[in-house]
Amino acid sequence: VEMHLLELLKRTTVHGESNSALIIGPRGSGKTALLNHVLRELTEMKQVRENLLEVHLNGLLQTNDKVALKEITRQLHLENVVGDKVFGSFAENLAFLLEALRKGDRTSSCPVLFILDEFDLFVHHKNQTLLYNLFDISQSAQTPVTVIGLTCRQDILELLEKRVKSRFSHRQIYLTNSFDFKQYIRIFKEQLSLPAGFPDESFAQKWNKNVQHLSEDKTVQDMLQNLFHHTKDLRSLNLLLMLAVSNVNVHHPLITASDLHEASKQSRMDSKANIVHGLSVLEICLIIAMKHLNDVYEGEPFNFQMVYNEFQKFIQRKAHCMYNFEKPVVMKAFEHLLQLELVRPIERPSVRAQREYLLMKLLLDNNQIMDALQAYPNCPTDVKQWAASSLSWL
Amino acid sequence: MNTRQQSKVIYSWYGEPLSSDRKLRTSRYKGILITSERSRTETCIQLGNFILVEGENADQPFVAQLLDLYEDGGQQKHAVVQWFSHITEIPPNKRKLLKREVSPQEVFFDQVPGYDTDIAVETIIKSVMVIPLHLGEELPITLNKEQSFYVKQSWDGKCFKALSPDAFSKLKEANKKGGGISNSSNSFIPLDIISPLKKERESVVRSATKPKNVELEIESKHSASKSSLAKERHSQRVANGMRTPTARKKLQLNSPTRSSKGRLLGCEVLELLDDDCDAIVPLEPSANKRKVKFTGILGSPPKMPCANDKSKSMFDTAEHWQTFSDPIRLSPYSKVKDSSKKPKNLNREYDIICSIGHQELGSQSPVSTPRSRRICAQKTSALIAEQVSILNTLELNQEEDFLSSSDSSYSSSSEEEDNDVLCTPEKKTKSSRMLSTPKSSRKSSVHTPAKTLKKTPLPGTPKTPRNATPEIPRRNHEAQKPASILEEARLRLHVSAIPECLPCREEEFQDIYNFVESKLIDGTGGCMYISGVPGTGKTATVHEVIRCLQQAAENDDLPSFQFVEINGMKLTDPHQAYVQILELLTGQKVTATHAAVLLAKLFNTPGPKRKTTVLVVDELDLLWTRKQNVMYNLFDWPTQKHSKLIILAIANTMDLPERIMMNRVASRLGLTRMSFQPYTYKQLQQIISSRLNSMKAFEEDAIQLVSRKVAALSGDARRCLDICRRATEICEFASHKRTPEIVRMAHVTEAIDEMFSSPYINAIRNASLHEQIFLKAILAEFRRAGVEEATVQQVYHQHIALCRIEGMQSPTLSEIMAICSRLGACRLLLVESSNKYLHMRVRLNISQDDVMYALKE
Repeated sequence: VEMHLLELLKRTTVHGESNSALIIGPRGSGKTALLNHVLRELTEMKQVRENLLEVHLNGLLQTNDKVALKEITRQLHLENVVGDKVFGSFAENLAFLLEALRKGDRTSSCPVLFILDEFDLFVHHKNQTLLYNLFDISQSAQTPVTVIGLTCRQDILELLEKRVKSRFSHRQIYLTNSFDFKQYIRIFKEQLSLPAGFPDESFAQKWNKNVQHLSEDKTVQDMLQNLFHHTKDLRSLNLLLMLAVSNVNVHHPLITASDLHEASKQSRMDSKANIVHGLSVLEICLIIAMKHLNDVYEGEPFNFQMVYNEFQKFIQRKAHCMYNFEKPVVMKAFEHLLQLELVRPIERPSVRAQREYLLMKLLLDNNQIMDALQAYPNCPTDVKQWAASSLSWL
Repeated sequence: MNTRQQSKVIYSWYGEPLSSDRKLRTSRYKGILITSERSRTETCIQLGNFILVEGENADQPFVAQLLDLYEDGGQQKHAVVQWFSHITEIPPNKRKLLKREVSPQEVFFDQVPGYDTDIAVETIIKSVMVIPLHLGEELPITLNKEQSFYVKQSWDGKCFKALSPDAFSKLKEANKKGGGISNSSNSFIPLDIISPLKKERESVVRSATKPKNVELEIESKHSASKSSLAKERHSQRVANGMRTPTARKKLQLNSPTRSSKGRLLGCEVLELLDDDCDAIVPLEPSANKRKVKFTGILGSPPKMPCANDKSKSMFDTAEHWQTFSDPIRLSPYSKVKDSSKKPKNLNREYDIICSIGHQELGSQSPVSTPRSRRICAQKTSALIAEQVSILNTLELNQEEDFLSSSDSSYSSSSEEEDNDVLCTPEKKTKSSRMLSTPKSSRKSSVHTPAKTLKKTPLPGTPKTPRNATPEIPRRNHEAQKPASILEEARLRLHVSAIPECLPCREEEFQDIYNFVESKLIDGTGGCMYISGVPGTGKTATVHEVIRCLQQAAENDDLPSFQFVEINGMKLTDPHQAYVQILELLTGQKVTATHAAVLLAKLFNTPGPKRKTTVLVVDELDLLWTRKQNVMYNLFDWPTQKHSKLIILAIANTMDLPERIMMNRVASRLGLTRMSFQPYTYKQLQQIISSRLNSMKAFEEDAIQLVSRKVAALSGDARRCLDICRRATEICEFASHKRTPEIVRMAHVTEAIDEMFSSPYINAIRNASLHEQIFLKAILAEFRRAGVEEATVQQVYHQHIALCRIEGMQSPTLSEIMAICSRLGACRLLLVESSNKYLHMRVRLNISQDDVMYALKE
C-alpha cells in the first residue's frame, strides 16, 4: 500500500504524470499518518523536493468552493501575481485558477499535489465544481496535478456525480486495522517503552522491563483484550495509556496494572449512568416512575402528569420515609432532568402546550437505571424495591 | 435621465429617395444625416464617403466605404459597404506575407468573401478619410491621425495584392467627391475639416496661457481620441439603450461661428458673452469667478489675456454645463471690474462657488461632458502649472509627465484624471497651504480615478491585474523521459495524452464536421445537441472537429471562424456563461447582466463584419436556471438572421431537451441531435490498441479482458485507460528488477479487482469484535421486528443477549453509542443525528446477505 502511494507520487513529480487517488479507511486507521510518512520519504529525495507544490485542503475548513479556491490560490502563492484582485468574485477566482493551471504542460510545469482531507465533505459542495475541475485537470494535458483524497466513508464513490466519477481514476487505497491481538500487544509495548536515546539509561531499562512485565500480566492482557474487542482504533489505546501514565510521579515511578485498570474503568464509564449518581432521591424516584411507564406502555411517550401520578401512587401506598412533595416541586425536579437531557421532549415545546402534557421520552435504558441504583449511595430500600418491581407495593 | 435623452442621435435620410423598388419595397438614398439632438449638430454622410463602423470591440471600429443606402420594407435603414481591414483583423499567420511593417493607420482593401456587407445604419459612427497610396509611397505625416487612413494593398483572405488601377482611381475619386460635397454645403462640415480649425483655436488659446503645454497636450489627445471615441459611444449606447452621441463628437461638430470665436480677441469675447448672456446665463458667473479667483491668488491685478481665454473656454463649454445652477447672477463686465476692485471679497465668494463646482464635477456623469470638462481642466492645469512652477519647478515636471502619460494611455479616464489631478491642487492653493505636500496630493489624485472609472478599462495597460498572466512556477528539473516500454505505454494510455486519431467515432466526427462546415460556408447559424454518457468521447470528438476545421480555414478551404468554448461545470453560476463568452470573443470583462446585453447586441444587430462564431457549450445541463433564460438566449441567438453563430451543446442525457427545457427553449435548440453510444468492447479494444500504436506492452487477451469488463459495466473509455495504466504499474511492480515483462491477464485481473471490488466486506471483516457483534445484533433485531430499521436501544438489548451467549462482558451504552457512530462514519450503517441517543434509528447501508457473508468465518 505504502509502495503504491509512494510510486504514484514519485511518478507525478519525476515524470509529470497526473493522477488521482482516494485513501479510504475508518477513523484511526492511519490515513493521514500514511500520507505524511510517504510525503516525508518523498521530500528526502532532492529531485522531488524541488519539483513539488503541495496544497492541503480540509473539508472541515474549506466549507465551500469559494473558500477552497482562495486557499488554493494562497498556497500556490499566486495571489502576489495579481495583487489583491484575485480575491474578487468567486467566478473570477475560478477562472483565474483554471487559467493558471491550463497554462502549464506536462514537461515544463511544476507538478501540484492536492491533498483533500475529509474528502467526503467536498462532495457536498455545489455541483462538485471543485472536484470536477481538479479531476478534469488531472485527466487533461495541463499542469500535472495529483489529487489525493482522504476519507473514512466507504461509499464515497457513490457520492461522486457521474461526470466527476468518470474523471476520477478509481485508484482506491483501502486501509483497515487488520492486526490481531498479538500485534496489538506489541503495539502496546512499543507505545509505552522508552526510546533507546533516553538520558537516564538505568531508569529506561527499569521502565522497559516493567512494560514487558505488564504486557505479560493476565489482568492487563484481559483489559487490553477488552479494549481490543471494542475498538481497533489505536487512538483509544493511546488515550488509555495517557490516563495511566499521568499517574506516574516521583514517588510512584513505575506504571502498575492497577493504574491501567483504573484508567480502563474510567474510559469505559457510562456517561448517562454517571449523571444519575448525582441526582436527588426525588429525581431518582421520577426516573423510576418513568421506567415503569415505559414497561407498561412499551416505550410509548409519556408526559409529566403521568409520571406524577405514578409517583403519587408509590408515595401513597408504600413510602414511609419519603416526604410527599408539592406538585410544583416535583415539576422543578422533572425540569432538571429535562435540562440534564435524561428526558427529551419528542416535539418542540410550543407556547400553547401546557408543560405538564408535553410528550417525553426517557433517554435511559432499564439496565442503566438499575446499575446506577446499585451504585447510588444511601438509597432508601423501598425506592430500591420499587425500582425492581412496580408491583412491589402489593 | 435628462442628459441621456438630450444626447440622442437620430439617423435620417438625406434628400429624397433616388429610386425605389416596388417588389422588394426598398428605396435607395444618396446620403444619411446623423443628427445629435443635444449639440444640435448634423453630419451628412453620402454615398462614397468613408466611415467608421462600430465593431464588436469598442476599441476597434471598422473602416468601410459607403456604397449604398436603402430602406427596406420594415422601415429599417440599411447600408451597403465596402470593408477595409486593419492589420489586426488579418490572421497573424498571414501577416508575414506582407514582409513589411504596417502602420496602424494603414488599412487594406477588403475582398474577403463571406463578410456581410449589409449593415444597419445605426452602427455608423462617423466619416473618415481613406487615401489611396501606391505601394512604394511613404505615409504622409498629418496631424490628423485618427481621421485618416491609407490604403495601399488589397486583401482577399489569402494574399495581399496591390490595388488595381481601377480601384485606386475609384478611391481617389470618392475621396475628392466626399471632400467636395462637404465643402460646398455650408451647413454640413465634415469632421476632418473642422478639427484642424479647432486645433488651431486651441493652440491659440494655449499660447496665451502657456506655450509649453500646448504641443504635448494636443499630441496626446490625437493618439487617444480615436479609440476613445468609439469606446465612449459604445459604452453610452449600451448604457442608454443605443444611440447617444459623445460629448467629444458634439464639440468637433461645432458650428463654424462657434469655432471661429476661438480667434476672437478677449474683449470681443466679453462682448459676445454679454450678447449671448440670455442663452447661457447660468454658467457665466462661475466662469468669471473662476478667472477672478486665479488673479486673486496670484495677488496681482487681473491679467486680461488669461482671464479672457478662461472665460472663453468656459463659454465654449457653457452649453454643456446646463445643469450647473448658480444663485448669483452677475454680468461679465461687472464681474471683471469687481475683481480688480476687491479681490479679497471675491476670494471668499469663490470659495462657495468652487465648492459648488466640485460638487458639480463629482455629480456629473462622465457621459455628459467629458470633453468640456477636459478643456476646463487643461486650462486650469496650465494656470496651476504656472503657479506651481514658481514654487517648485521639479513638481511641474512631474505634473507634466503625469499628464502626458495618463493622457496617452486612456483618454476618457484621463480626462477625469486630469480633472482630479488639477482639482486637488486647486483646493490646496485655495486653502492657502500652497502645495506644501505635493506628493500626497499627487497620490490621492492618482487613486481617485479608480473610483470614477466607469467605462471598461483599457485592455492595453499592463499594470491592471486583469491582464496578469497567472502561471504555475516551472519545475526545476526536467521531467524524466519514459525509460522502459511500460512507462512509455503508461504515458500513451494516460487520458490526457492526445491520440493521433480518434478511432471508433468516425461517423459522429463526420456528422458534426459536415454540420459545422455547411453552416460556415453558408454563413448562417445553427444548433446541435450532442449527448452521451461520460467517457464516450463527446468533447474529444468536437475538439477534433474544431481542430480540423481550423486547419481547413488556415488552408483557405473554409471561411475562417472564431472558436469559443465554455463548460457548465467550470462556471460558478449559469449567468457567468455570458461573461466567459464575451471575454473569449472580445476580451472585455464585464458583469453578467452587462455581458448579456452586449452579446445580444453583438448577435442580433445586422452588419458589422464578423467571422462566424463556433460556440461549444459543454455540460449544458449545468446552465439550467429556473427561468432558463441563459439557455433560451444561447439557443435564440443562432436563430437570428445575422448572428452567424453555431452552437454545439454537449450533455449527458439524451432527452435533456424534453426533460428539463421549457418548450420554447427546446424548440430553439432544434432537432439536430446526435447521441454517442457507449463504446462496445471491440471499440474499446481498438482504442487501446491505437493508443499503444503497435507497442508490445500488452497481451492481446489482456486488452480484450479489460475491454469486455469495462464495456459490460459502463463503456467509459476513461475507465478502460485507467485500468490499463494501473495494470502496467502492477506489472512493473511484480517484475521488479527482473527482465521487463509485458502486461498479462493476471495483472489486468488484479487491477480490475482493485478498482471494482466492494470495500464493505473487507471493512466488516477487519472491524473489531464488538462492532461485528453489533452488526449481528442489528440483523437479529431486524429479523425479530420484521422491519429493516431499529433504534439503538433495541439493538443494544440484542447486543447484550449476544454477549451473554458468547460469555463476554457486555458493553455499556456509551460504548455501544461509540461503536454505532464509528460504523456510521464509514457508512456501513446509516444513522440519525446522535442527539436522539437511545432512540436514534439505525439502518444497514449494505444488504443483510453481505453482512452475513462477511461475518461468516
